[in-house]
Amino acid sequence: MADTPHPASRTRPLSPHWTIYRWPVTMVTSIVHRATGLALAAGTILLCWWLVAVANGPEAFNQFMGLLTTPLGEVVMFGFVWSLAYHLLNGIRHLAWDIGFGFAVPTANKSGIVVIAASLVVAVGAFALAYTGRGGYYQ
Amino acid sequence: MSLETPLHKVRGMGSAHSGVSHFWRQRVTAAALIPLSIWFGVSLLGLVGAHEAATLTFLSQPINAILTAAFVIILLYHMALGLQVVIDDYIHNDGQKLVLMLLMRGLTIAAGATSIFALLRIAGPL
Repeated sequence: MADTPHPASRTRPLSPHWTIYRWPVTMVTSIVHRATGLALAAGTILLCWWLVAVANGPEAFNQFMGLLTTPLGEVVMFGFVWSLAYHLLNGIRHLAWDIGFGFAVPTANKSGIVVIAASLVVAVGAFALAYTGRGGYYQ
Repeated sequence: MSLETPLHKVRGMGSAHSGVSHFWRQRVTAAALIPLSIWFGVSLLGLVGAHEAATLTFLSQPINAILTAAFVIILLYHMALGLQVVIDDYIHNDGQKLVLMLLMRGLTIAAGATSIFALLRIAGPL
């Protein structure tokens, strides 16, 4: 008896053990919701910076826009727009769950796929509109 | 069956001593951000390629200035609530947690104050 290790002293995998389990859709959407939330928090610095740049006059504005229109700047902007689209759409999914809709597993899996697809459509669509000159209607 | 009285259950409002207020604030700000962020996204698309003058004109119109201010304030509130949960989840040292919470809230307030000041300057003398 004394030689048997206590069951609790053995290292057991803790749930959710993401390196072992298959990733269910709901787990992916949950992790991505938090990740896009963090990305948007970083993106808020850009929003704040943009407002300051507009307030500081043409020179500061052009400098800011110059950074935003570099290849890296455009990748960051795409990340920001997609994060906003995803967090918004998945947020609506969360609010629906909170009032009792769509929480059954098959429904939640389907709505997860819809949110991922729709967020990509919105982000790619917005950039397609911008690149084909259909943006910029406030000039 | 619990032997606790309803009064005992509600007193102290749970382990965080704030009851469900965080949950509610996160949901209410989320709901408010649905129309505001759609408006902001559509506005940003409209400002693609705009020069400083056009952007200034857009932001200095009262309705756009008010909506931008509301968007920034509610967004920052929602952000602080969310980051609080992330810090609670991953930081288990009380000292580090306190420092991070204060830093996060300080930066949130700084971002809000800076944005509102910028918006007031954009709107110009009223």
